[in-house]
Amino acid sequence: MSGNMNITLKVWRQKNKDDRGRFETYPVQGVSPDMSFLEMFDVLNERLINEGKEPVAFDHDCREGICGMCSMYINGRPHGPLQGVTTCQLHMRSFKTNDTIVVEPWRAKAFPVIKDLAVDRSSFDRIMSAGGFISVNTGNAQDANATPIGKEDADTAFAAAMCIGCGACVAACKNASAMLFVSAKISQFALLPQGQPERKSRVSKMVAQMDAEGFGSCTNTGACEAECPKGISLSNIARMNRDYINAQFTSQQM
Amino acid sequence: MSWFSKMLGSSIGQKLIMGVTGLFLISFLVVHCGINALIFMNDGGQTFNKGAEFMGTNWLIRTMEIVLFAGLLLHIIKGYSLTRQNLNKRPVEYAVSAANKNSKWYSRSMGLLGTLLLIFLIIHLKHFWITSRFTDQITGGHITLYEEMKIIFSELWVVVLYMLSMISLGYHLLHGFQSAFQTLGLNHKRYTPLIKNTGVIFSILFPLLFALMPLVMYLGIIK
Repeated sequence: MSGNMNITLKVWRQKNKDDRGRFETYPVQGVSPDMSFLEMFDVLNERLINEGKEPVAFDHDCREGICGMCSMYINGRPHGPLQGVTTCQLHMRSFKTNDTIVVEPWRAKAFPVIKDLAVDRSSFDRIMSAGGFISVNTGNAQDANATPIGKEDADTAFAAAMCIGCGACVAACKNASAMLFVSAKISQFALLPQGQPERKSRVSKMVAQMDAEGFGSCTNTGACEAECPKGISLSNIARMNRDYINAQFTSQQM
Repeated sequence: MSWFSKMLGSSIGQKLIMGVTGLFLISFLVVHCGINALIFMNDGGQTFNKGAEFMGTNWLIRTMEIVLFAGLLLHIIKGYSLTRQNLNKRPVEYAVSAANKNSKWYSRSMGLLGTLLLIFLIIHLKHFWITSRFTDQITGGHITLYEEMKIIFSELWVVVLYMLSMISLGYHLLHGFQSAFQTLGLNHKRYTPLIKNTGVIFSILFPLLFALMPLVMYLGIIK
């Protein structure tokens, strides 16, 4: 077909977490500019399977940009060159024919590679289990207007809750810091009345878990915010710092 | 105090130390620059020497000098330990990085800029602080700090080194100033733009004033 592109892919291949891994080069011909980046990988994988070779392992689920599963580091940027989208929403029209595209997994001590481009992000789950929730008694749901919430607070909390936990912030950060993710998950509760009873213990536990998982510290470069597919704001990190300092100084625990 | 040391040992606590000591060192820069700017009076160093005399003899200033060194050491040691820790957080580096697309080079190079400043600082302390506090006491202290400046800044390499170091200082401050406020949790729609703009003006103004001092002395504009 005319208008289709020829791409050279340099993809990170790694058998398992103990394998050293290496780049392999794959030419992919006849790529439609309207394909998503993952569909282009589907084409490659189909070919590899037909050739009796091992397909490239990569994470994906909804392919609608909302689940946070896809995770490729494309030409030196998480989720590729387009701002505000995940890899599944990145289309081949963002590239030119005859381009060489280098695809790597997220690189972080706390995100070990499972295979090829798939990394283990269960460290995020453990941070969430440490305090990323509110405790409520079960029973009938309250009337929606029983607890009034200001429009601005509701909007800011919602903007923080937009975080899909993909880990692009960690991948982009030179320190592999998870503070944008953790701060978003803290903020989505800290701004709402339902989040207040556990506000102090939540921030203390989640930060402690984040440190235990081996994420780096924040040097405020702003790379996370720039690369976040959901536009999570750095102001969340300031809120987390504020809450953390406040929690440590005013906690009733000795 | 276990909660306190635990807090300071956390990722946020360690950054807090960097931010607080950084802001403290910034306040020192203002005083240092203010006193030094007295050379621009161009009165053969009379006013400047009075200022230097006050700074060298006032007990409050001398006490703060100890606090200053403590703050400086803490900033340096913590800075290096954090840089080292953070380097370990990504055991396998990326083959391709487009970091310039998402952040400023100087925000990612605080360790390097800080190291250049540390080298400068050692030379600078040797030039003036050790001379005025120790050497003079031993030799009898005939030479004023102003005369010392004139001698030191008569050499071209010193002047060039000082001016280049002030460029490092400018970039270090350009990131550090606003970053310290963010670390302290001070981020607000209304005030953050003000803090950022103040940071930019500060990072240009003070290094520029400092850089002018050796230059005007070398060129003989200030006699």
